[in-house]
Amino acid sequence: MTSKNKWLSSPYILWSVMFIIIPLGMIFYYGLTDKTGAFTLENITAIATAEHAKALWLSLLLSIISTVICFLLAYPLAMILSNMKVNQHSFIILIFILPMWMNFLLRTLAWQTLLEKNGVINSILNFLHLPGMNIINTPYAIILGMVYNFLPFMVLPLYNVLSKIDENVLDASRDLGAGSVHTFFRIILPLSIPGIISGITMVFVPALTTFVISTLLGGSKILLIGNVIEQEFTQASNWHLGSGLSIVLMIFIILNMIASAIFDKEGEGSML
Amino acid sequence: MKNKKCNMILAVFSLSLPAILTGCGSSQGGANGEVIVYNWGEYIDPDTIDMFEEETGIKVVYDEFETNEIMYPKVESGAASYDVVCPSDYMISKMIENDMLAPINFENIPNARKNINAQYFEQSKSFDPGNKYSIPYCWGTVGILYNKTMVEEPITSWAQLWDEKYSDNILMQDSVRDAFMVAEKMNGFSMNTVDPTELETAKNSLIEQKPLVQAYVIDQVRDKMIGGEAAIGVIYSGEAIYTQRENPDLEYVIPEEGTNVWIDSWVILKDAPNKENAEKFIDFMCRGDIALKNFEYITYSTPNDAARALIEDESIKNSSIAFPDLSQYNNLETYVYLGEDGDALYNNLWKEVKSN
Repeated sequence: MTSKNKWLSSPYILWSVMFIIIPLGMIFYYGLTDKTGAFTLENITAIATAEHAKALWLSLLLSIISTVICFLLAYPLAMILSNMKVNQHSFIILIFILPMWMNFLLRTLAWQTLLEKNGVINSILNFLHLPGMNIINTPYAIILGMVYNFLPFMVLPLYNVLSKIDENVLDASRDLGAGSVHTFFRIILPLSIPGIISGITMVFVPALTTFVISTLLGGSKILLIGNVIEQEFTQASNWHLGSGLSIVLMIFIILNMIASAIFDKEGEGSML
Repeated sequence: MKNKKCNMILAVFSLSLPAILTGCGSSQGGANGEVIVYNWGEYIDPDTIDMFEEETGIKVVYDEFETNEIMYPKVESGAASYDVVCPSDYMISKMIENDMLAPINFENIPNARKNINAQYFEQSKSFDPGNKYSIPYCWGTVGILYNKTMVEEPITSWAQLWDEKYSDNILMQDSVRDAFMVAEKMNGFSMNTVDPTELETAKNSLIEQKPLVQAYVIDQVRDKMIGGEAAIGVIYSGEAIYTQRENPDLEYVIPEEGTNVWIDSWVILKDAPNKENAEKFIDFMCRGDIALKNFEYITYSTPNDAARALIEDESIKNSSIAFPDLSQYNNLETYVYLGEDGDALYNNLWKEVKSN
């Protein structure tokens, strides 16, 4: 019985070795060596150069802003959804997931067409004699692209935790005389922390590492850390520097995960 | 491959996967084997591949790349074993320098010398000194495409890309060499310079220009110019005919400061598994009627005289965009490979421009 179970897990082990462990090993190998194959930390410390530091700072800033906006948009929506009847909310969830059936690149390209100077939105504004908006190729367009693309990743985990909160807990809260604001801050919010954490991670990490959104909606004028790494691989063919910078980026992602683990514990603590 | 496998664990990591993949690929093939071609995206009429397969019984495995820089590491690592590749001038010299190409046996490719104008072989000598490794496939210039209804005076010079009038109406190429070429020519330098002070000047020009630039793009110049998104764009001559067909307001010009004349050529890799079929493929592509089909499909200038003679539309046959008389222009150059240090210098300066 147990040997059968072990055998069943072998495809997953093979998968993670082939596509996770080996690639990670290669990133560390390339990141910690120079062109001659000798050990060096130069590719890591290269993050301190003005261009790289600026790109990293900009990436952090834009992804934090996007995460906050996603959270503020997603939380009320998730609450509304969790209070709906089963038929209604599954329809709304479907509508939310529907665009994700389409390719991510196509959706981002569509935003380009929408936002362009002669694009769809400006044509409509023009037709209504309203002033046009010019956010394409600016950081605002990048934030818009991030929020649009990653919003479902915030809504779904929040919806999951909120819909699992026991009605009786809320009834008890009201029974004991708590108003709705009080109930929200003392009961609902603490209970939804695991969802908030996974939502933040699922938005922050892809936003931090993206290079496609900044290329398509930023007109390649705004260099994010993802763009720098992509260019090291595709244009400069300097895999060592590209891997070194990827390791730095991984450190930030791990920091984010550690922070969420700590917060999660506190969240559970306050539950008791 | 076998020897390398013993060397390092990493080598196993990087080599085993492609070996498995190509292992699967090579078991199938046409009656007369196969040929593996690695070409630019949208750079061939797919019908010609079918015709080749039908006539010769050789199966074509066709793969595409977007830039020379993406193509190079893939070919170099041997991650996939290609037979025929179609890189540009400076990349060919890099590949020759690193001993990646096989000398071409012109006896097996009779159409090359017969149909391709000797002028282009002469031009190729700047990157392939003995004409030993490459056969020209397409060539062209880099110039300015502008929308006649959106500019106040005719565009004739790179310097007009620094004109504040056209702020937010300028599209630049999003690749290191092409972007620097514009700034270098504007400042009167060679586009192959590695002089640090000249490069510093060019970099500062690009930084100065950046606020005026709407976007740095590659293939999207075409669609954005057709849609009237921008007034001026830096573009490859081969795209100009297509864009004019879609939007008659567009005009292509070779700037007076000079520009890049480039050639993309077929080469056969040193480790090519199917050299004979590779020769047959290149010979087929050099045939007049096939080169004509490709020219009509991709609209990039063909160096093939037999194909040009077959063009029926006189206005295209004598088009100054597709077949410019290069003797009229000054300071035309072809990119040369700048060496690893030169490449690194350019890449770092480009990063400074982009992050500014």
